[in-house]
Amino acid sequence: MAVLSPGADPPVTPRSGGLPVPPNPPGWWRLSVRGFRCWLTTYRRLWRASIYSSVLGPVFYLGAMGYGLGSLVDKHGTASLGGVPYVEFVAPAILAFQAMNAGMSNAAFPVYGAVHWNRIYIAARATQLRATDVFRGHVMFMTMRVAMNSACFIVVMAAFGTIRSAWAVLLLPAAALTGLAFATVVASWAVTLRSVNPMNYAFRFGAVPMMLFSGTFFPVTRLPGWLQPVAYATPLWHGVALCRALSLGGSGLDPGNVAMHVGYLVAMAAVGLWIGGRTYRRRLYV
Amino acid sequence: MRARGLTKRFGSFTAVDGIDFDLYRGEAFGFLGPNGAGKSSTMRMIGCVSPPTQGELTIFGADPVRNGAAIRAKLGVVPQEDTLDVELSVRENLLVYGRYFGLPRAVIRERTEQLLDFVQLSERAGDMVEPLSGGMKRRLTIARSLINDPDILILDEPTTGLDPQARHVVWDRLFRLKQRGVTLILTTHYMDEAEQLCDRLVVMDHATIVAEGAPRELIERYSTPEVLELRFDPALHEQAAEKIKDLFTERTEVTADRILLYSADGDEALTRVLAAGLEPLTQLVRRSTLEDVFLRLTGRRLVD
Repeated sequence: MAVLSPGADPPVTPRSGGLPVPPNPPGWWRLSVRGFRCWLTTYRRLWRASIYSSVLGPVFYLGAMGYGLGSLVDKHGTASLGGVPYVEFVAPAILAFQAMNAGMSNAAFPVYGAVHWNRIYIAARATQLRATDVFRGHVMFMTMRVAMNSACFIVVMAAFGTIRSAWAVLLLPAAALTGLAFATVVASWAVTLRSVNPMNYAFRFGAVPMMLFSGTFFPVTRLPGWLQPVAYATPLWHGVALCRALSLGGSGLDPGNVAMHVGYLVAMAAVGLWIGGRTYRRRLYV
Repeated sequence: MRARGLTKRFGSFTAVDGIDFDLYRGEAFGFLGPNGAGKSSTMRMIGCVSPPTQGELTIFGADPVRNGAAIRAKLGVVPQEDTLDVELSVRENLLVYGRYFGLPRAVIRERTEQLLDFVQLSERAGDMVEPLSGGMKRRLTIARSLINDPDILILDEPTTGLDPQARHVVWDRLFRLKQRGVTLILTTHYMDEAEQLCDRLVVMDHATIVAEGAPRELIERYSTPEVLELRFDPALHEQAAEKIKDLFTERTEVTADRILLYSADGDEALTRVLAAGLEPLTQLVRRSTLEDVFLRLTGRRLVD
């Protein structure tokens, strides 16, 4: 099925003279920012409540896992964790998986809802915005939400003294990139759905196992040998490893590894953006 | 706007089958037809959110597939189902929409006041959208569609689902827009709506256009000045229909509950019916409407 032309619009050329031809629209960036700002307008009403809920969850994890479970772990020695207290090992991982969670949950149901429930996309497509602008504008908003949550959590991490390295100033972009990678892929998929069930499955059988087994609560080397390559292939592991390296510094901060993690996540975000451009056009221009 | 052989297919289903029409600045143009005739698909193609499968469509001299964003900047769209953001206030809905078109805040604020005044919603400006009545939401959707000062306003069944009073308010507002020179394109399956608002219309059925013209012109061409409507005891309905068909040379239409007799002079026809010994329960002489045109062209009624 034909879809509306991707990318920039070609110049408008009048075919039957006489009528005023509308001027060309501005570039995709400005159009996408318009879409983004509309999400901001909606969010202004909700942001306080959303901050409480999105910050408290990770903080509970930090308390229960980092300190509760950590007090047990630390008694048995933490050599396999790189010799750091468990709370310092687990805190950057919680940062990474809350970024994944925020990325996914700001993409899945809100995107589905923008097609089926509040129909924000359907309203927006009738305007100057193109499907790709609608998509990118929403992704900007998702990334902002991930960054907000992550920033709050990084402040908590610092306050609890779980950060060892000065490289931790890069934790925010690292977490935002992790969230963005998940958000683009999930959004480009959620827009195609006709029911909410697949999204529930994605959380239950995708996000939850990844959260448990991607080197978050224990090193991947503790998994059975055949499972280790699977864990290394998950995007969350790259997010976790990147955040952990930045937070702990030292020998974990190998430039080659960091480049690999960043490269993986950037590639995933890029693929998500590319697919999303296509799926959004298919969905919105029927 | 110009369409030639405009076609839209979804898989093996043909929603719009090679229609032609031309539309001129400042007129109110209607697509009249029953549900499923292809009106909404046509509207979506005109609204540049649905690429035609085949044929040619030109709006403002541009191609809606290649230059969709540029064309949409000068269109206002009132969709069949409201797409208002119910979590925002009335004013914020206009703000969000104005932003989509890149309008400065000051311009949006000024137009919002004017438009809310125009659709009689000024007093609800700060209220949330959710509790508004259906008619108010529709009017707000119309106000929202005007925020970018469009050259063409596209309305897909603007009054479907509204109570009669709310419909009249909407009609009144649309009529005023027409007076101001806004080009209106609307779809409807209400013949009274088409007659009230449209300068020119096409009748659509089964994905094609079956007739085109001004409402009065269509009535003159496809119907008689008057119609005699007769209702008989249901038990005698068919019998009476047979008898009338035998006795009269005029065209008759037999619907589920009525017999329509198309005649230049309805009263005179009624006299002949009574003289023939038929005893209708009720009788009504009325002027022909677009409903009769549709019945004539398709053998079916518009709304059932």
